[in-house]
Amino acid sequence: MWIEIETPMLANELKKSFLASLWFMFLTFPIMVIRVNTVEKIIQWRWANLFFVGIGSFILSALWRYLIRRKEQGIHRTEVDGIARVTLSQRLLGDRRFTIPALIITTIAALVFPFVFSIYQTNIMITALIYVMLGLGLNIVVGLAGLLDLGYVAFYAVGAYSYALLNYHFGLGFWTVLGIGGGLAAMFGIILGFPVLRLRGDYLAIVTLGFGEIIRLILENWNAFSFGPSGIANIPRPGLFGIDLDIEQATIYVYFLMIAMTLFTIFVVNRLQNSRIGRAWIALREDEVACQSMGIDKRKTKLMAFALGATWAGFAGVVFAAKTTFINPASFTIWESINVLCVVVLGGMGSIVGVIVGAFILILLPEYLRFLSEYRMLAFGTVLVMMMVFRPGGIVETVRRTYQYKETDH
Amino acid sequence: MDYFFELFLGGLTRGSIYALIALGYTMVYGIVQLINFAHGEIYMIGAFTALIVISVLTMLGWNQIAILLIAAGAAVVYSSAYGYTMEKIAYKPLRQAPRLSALISAIGMSLFLQNYVLLAQTSDFLPFPALIPDFEFMEPIAHIIGSPELVILITTTIVMVLLTFLIKFTKIGKAMRATAQDRDMAQLVGVDVNRVISVTFIIGSATAAIGGVLIASHIGQINFYIGFIAGIKAFVAAVLGGIGSIPGAVLGSLVLGWTESFFTGYISSDYEDVFAFVFLVLILIFRPAGILGRSTSEKV
Repeated sequence: MWIEIETPMLANELKKSFLASLWFMFLTFPIMVIRVNTVEKIIQWRWANLFFVGIGSFILSALWRYLIRRKEQGIHRTEVDGIARVTLSQRLLGDRRFTIPALIITTIAALVFPFVFSIYQTNIMITALIYVMLGLGLNIVVGLAGLLDLGYVAFYAVGAYSYALLNYHFGLGFWTVLGIGGGLAAMFGIILGFPVLRLRGDYLAIVTLGFGEIIRLILENWNAFSFGPSGIANIPRPGLFGIDLDIEQATIYVYFLMIAMTLFTIFVVNRLQNSRIGRAWIALREDEVACQSMGIDKRKTKLMAFALGATWAGFAGVVFAAKTTFINPASFTIWESINVLCVVVLGGMGSIVGVIVGAFILILLPEYLRFLSEYRMLAFGTVLVMMMVFRPGGIVETVRRTYQYKETDH
Repeated sequence: MDYFFELFLGGLTRGSIYALIALGYTMVYGIVQLINFAHGEIYMIGAFTALIVISVLTMLGWNQIAILLIAAGAAVVYSSAYGYTMEKIAYKPLRQAPRLSALISAIGMSLFLQNYVLLAQTSDFLPFPALIPDFEFMEPIAHIIGSPELVILITTTIVMVLLTFLIKFTKIGKAMRATAQDRDMAQLVGVDVNRVISVTFIIGSATAAIGGVLIASHIGQINFYIGFIAGIKAFVAAVLGGIGSIPGAVLGSLVLGWTESFFTGYISSDYEDVFAFVFLVLILIFRPAGILGRSTSEKV
C-alpha cells in the first residue's frame, strides 16, 4: 500500500519532521546530554547523543506520521467496503497447505532440540515454554475475559513457593505438589477475584498490581515463613520413577515435561475458548451489561476466569522452582507480570498461536541478542505502546467465530 | 504529645506531596477517563532534571536561591514538555480505542521512561542536595517541624489555591470542566478538546514536577525508580478521595499521609508499602467512589 506524496506535501513533511527532531532534541537535552557525577564533581557532556536523537527522531517522526495515515486509511477503507480485510497471519492460519507442514516441522524440531543443542540452549527453551504457559494462562484473564491483571506473577510465586515450602517441610515430591500448587494458585485467584468483582478495567489493574506487590512484600518480610530475601535453595528436580538423573538428563527430562504440559495447556485452553464459559468470557469482555442481561452470571464467570488463569501460573511456578532449584522473592516482581503481559499483547490477545509466537519472540530474542540486553525493557515499553497504537490485535490477530451466510442461486 | 505532633506534621508533609502528584492523576482521569500510569515517571523526570540543573549551576558557582528557582523552573518546564509529548504519542491515537488499550499503552510509556532514564543516566541512587536552608525564625519549633516541611506545606497550599482559581474562574478552566462533563457536547459548543487535554497534561505534569523537586530535596536521594512507588501511592490517594475530584485528591492524600505516618510511627515500618495497597483494596471494596466522589450508575 503506497500513499502518493506530492511535492509541496513532501516539503511540508520534511518541515514537520525537522520540527519534531528539534523538539525531541530539546526534550532529551538534560537527560541524554549531561551526566553529572555528584561525588567527584565532574560534568560529562555527551553532545554525540544530541546528534543521534536529532537524526533518529527526524526519521521516526516521518515514519510515525506515515503509519498513522496508513492506519486511518485502513479504517476508512473497511468502513467503505463494509468488510474487514483478512490479514496475512489469518490467511496463513486458515490454509491447510501452510498449517500442516508447519506443525510437522515444529514437532520434529521440538523432539530433536535437546539432543542437537546444548544444555544451556535447552534451559532457555524451557524458560520460553514456561512463558508460553504463563502467557496462555494470562490470556484467559486478559485476552478472553478482558480483565487486566497486573498481579499475575503472584500466582506464579504461589506455585513456586508451594513446591519449595511443601518439599522443605514435608518432603512432598514434584508430582504431588504440581496438583497442590495449581490448586493453591486457583484458590488465590478466587481470593483476589472476590473483592475486585465490582471493579472496572483500570481500577482492577491497580488492585491486581497491589495484590501482586502485597504477596511479594510478604514473602520478602515474613522471614519465619518464606526465609525472606535470601530465598530457598536446594529444591529437588522432578524425579522419574526413582531413577537418578544427572543434570543433563534432568534438564532434558524437564524439557519434555514442559513440552507435554504446554501441549496439555494448549489443548485445555483451546477447549475452554470454544466452550460455554469461553464464550461467556468473550461476551463479558465486550459488554458487561449486555452480557448480564443475556443471563450470564457475572460473578461466576469472572471468578472462573481468575481461578483458571491462576491455575496455569501455579503449574508454571512449580516447574520453575523445580527447574532452577532456587527461588527468592526477586524473581516475582511486578516486571515479571509485565513481561507476561507483553507476551500476550505482542502475540495477540485472545489468540493461542499468537501467545506462543509472542512468548518465543520475547524470551528468545533477548537471549540471542545479548549485546542488546540492556535495552530489553526499553524495547518492551516501546513495543507495548506501538502495538496498541498500530496493531492492537497483536502479531496474530484472533478471528472471531462468525456465522457466514452464503447466497444461493435461485 | 510531642511525638504525636511530630507524626501528625510528618503525615501532613507526606500527604501534601502525595497531593501534588495525585492532582495530575485526578485531573487527567476527570477529563479523559484514563489512569495515566506514566504520571509517576513524569515526577521522576522532574526530579532528575532539577538535579542535573542544580549540579551544573553549583559547579559554575551560582547563588543558592537563584539555583533553587532555576532548577524548579527547569523541572516544571521539562516535566510539562514530557507530559505533553507523552499524551501526543501514547494516548492521542488511542482516544477511540478500548480503555484496556490505552492502559496498556500507558504501562508501556512508564516502562519506556524508566529505562530511558536508567540508560541515559544511572541505576544508582544519586544524592540530591537539600535546597531549602534552615530559617532562623524556625529555631523554637525546629524539633517538631523543620524548615523544609514548612516550605513544602506553603508551596502545596499555593499550588492548590492557584489551581482552584484556574479551574473555577478562567476560560480554560471552564473548558476543562465542560470537557470533563461531556466531551462530545463540549466539542459541539466549540471547545477545542485536544487543546484542553494537552493543557490538562501540562498542568498535571507541572504540579508533579514541583512535588518531585520538593520530595527529592526532602529525602535527599533519587533514582530512576522513585516514580513508580510514589505514583502508586498518589493514585491510591486520588482514588481514596474520589478520582476526578480535585478537593478529593487533596483530602485523600492527607488521609493517606496521616494513616501511613501513624501506622509506621506506632505499629510497624516493615509493611509500610503493603499498608498502602491494603488500604486501596479496602477502599475499592467498601467505597469505590471515594470520599468525595459521586457514585455514578452506568448508562446503557
